[in-house]
Amino acid sequence: MRRLAAALLGLWIGAAQAGPDAVTLDYRLAARALADGVYVVEGANADFSRANGCNIINTGFLVGSEGVLVVNTGPSRLYGEQLRALIGRTTPKPVKAVLHLNLHPDYFLGNQAFADVPRYATAATLEGMRAEATAYEDNLYRMCGDWMKGTTALLPDRVLPPGATVELAGRRLALRELKGHTASDLVLSDEASGAVFAGGLVFADRVPTTPHARVDDWLTSLDAMAGLSVRTLVPSHGPVARGRAGIDQTRRYLRWLDGSLAQGAQRGLEVTELLAQPVPPEFRGWAAFDTEYVRNVLHLYPGHEARSLQPR
Amino acid sequence: MFPLVPTLSRRRFLLVGGSLAATPLLAAEDATGGDPFGSLQWPGLRREFFGTAPVRFDERVQVKGPGFAVDPMTVPITVSADGLADVEQILVIVDRNPIRKVLEFEPLAGAKASVSFRFKLEQASPVRAAARTKDGVWHVGGTLVDSSGGGCTVPGATRADGSWSRTLGQVSGRVFDALEVPAGARVRVRVMHPMDTGLAPGIPAFYLKRLTLADAGGTELLRLATYEPISENPVFSFDFVRKPAGPLLVSGSDNNGNKVEGRL
Repeated sequence: MRRLAAALLGLWIGAAQAGPDAVTLDYRLAARALADGVYVVEGANADFSRANGCNIINTGFLVGSEGVLVVNTGPSRLYGEQLRALIGRTTPKPVKAVLHLNLHPDYFLGNQAFADVPRYATAATLEGMRAEATAYEDNLYRMCGDWMKGTTALLPDRVLPPGATVELAGRRLALRELKGHTASDLVLSDEASGAVFAGGLVFADRVPTTPHARVDDWLTSLDAMAGLSVRTLVPSHGPVARGRAGIDQTRRYLRWLDGSLAQGAQRGLEVTELLAQPVPPEFRGWAAFDTEYVRNVLHLYPGHEARSLQPR
Repeated sequence: MFPLVPTLSRRRFLLVGGSLAATPLLAAEDATGGDPFGSLQWPGLRREFFGTAPVRFDERVQVKGPGFAVDPMTVPITVSADGLADVEQILVIVDRNPIRKVLEFEPLAGAKASVSFRFKLEQASPVRAAARTKDGVWHVGGTLVDSSGGGCTVPGATRADGSWSRTLGQVSGRVFDALEVPAGARVRVRVMHPMDTGLAPGIPAFYLKRLTLADAGGTELLRLATYEPISENPVFSFDFVRKPAGPLLVSGSDNNGNKVEGRL
């Protein structure tokens, strides 16, 4: 018994040491190799908070013959700097380019550390970042305080042509521009390894975020991903896994949510009543359920409601 | 730690005991006037909105809302004082909003003492509903809503993109009968209006002031007075003991004298 307790304590200390250090503002980022030259840097599967320094995203980098391609730069200047340092410790090759998979704050607020390299996004993503950047800064400062010190939005400076197979930093990548989580959701497939960075379209074991969502488009995009060859799936939020379970999870949740909201509107429910409706246990157990589900309802219910109040 | 215990027990006592007026000595020691939310604004609010009328905290006045305002421009609230008999008016106020009065609601023929709406929240605050019963007593309930701030001082979406002028005053709505809601009937009404608070730079106050609902025979079912904090393109829900005789007439006006009229 005592040995078990000691073992558990050891685990707990180990876990605590691995987490971010709010005193030194060290995210303690770690690169995990998914395949030869393909690395993921995993964030907490949670909601933004001071405890996790607003690091809830999975970023990554791919090492090619010419250098390194960075996929998303994290929530803050500090994150960007620590990510760049981590890349430097992992490979001697230079950072060649940055790629942003959508417009959300933790995809690009680390950009100040990558001011000297080309930063790519789709036209719609760039447009959206420009419109939202100030609000993102304000909001993340409010939620994560010191972790955000010195962070100002540095936008991408290159527009990516959509739907192409491109070679960046010496790696061949298939890029698909889909939509639904935002107006432009990029899915990156690395040809050599079969690793897929699914961006905001896939949430694993976590309730999806929906501030810019159109559920019908999102479901169509998930269907379009059916033809994708996936060896390892990197969702933006939640654990990395083999295969396409994350795609199916996200689809299940969105279908349920959409149906529940449509039915609520037809029954004349108020938002407050809708929030009190039962939720399937599978979804209740996912990370950030308590906060994100409320956001989902507030973002998406008004559309259903407006339709239900039109003359029939 | 030491003073915490007596403060708590005093509050509990006040909640159970009801009338604040009955315990002037204890209330005087507590800078919040016995407020269950511990808000220092409460004594001032009480003076401003209720004067010398009797006021008691009452759990039968239920205010339901989210624990935090995901979108401070749109905080959904349901007020229900259905457990109280003879409610003549419901007043909704928000301690920490720059404009604290949100709405006044008078349920008339067949309308229950409950109303749902959405409002703009400037910062984290108690949201309170006070129901005045026939005997002149104000029964106060509330809920606490956290917020990222900025609900009242930024322009709404239709103001920002200029689309408000194409839809101003449009009314849509529907009567949901007993099959669709738990009991009786519910009327949901949406009125298109920018609901400008006057606190966003360069945009004067422009908001819906009055809304009434009447049945086919012209009998007034309810009256609503709305103020700046009500959300853009407001949606309201009202509950009825039984389905009112339609078609229902929605009428109202805004602070610039524009009329609102619609049939459901």
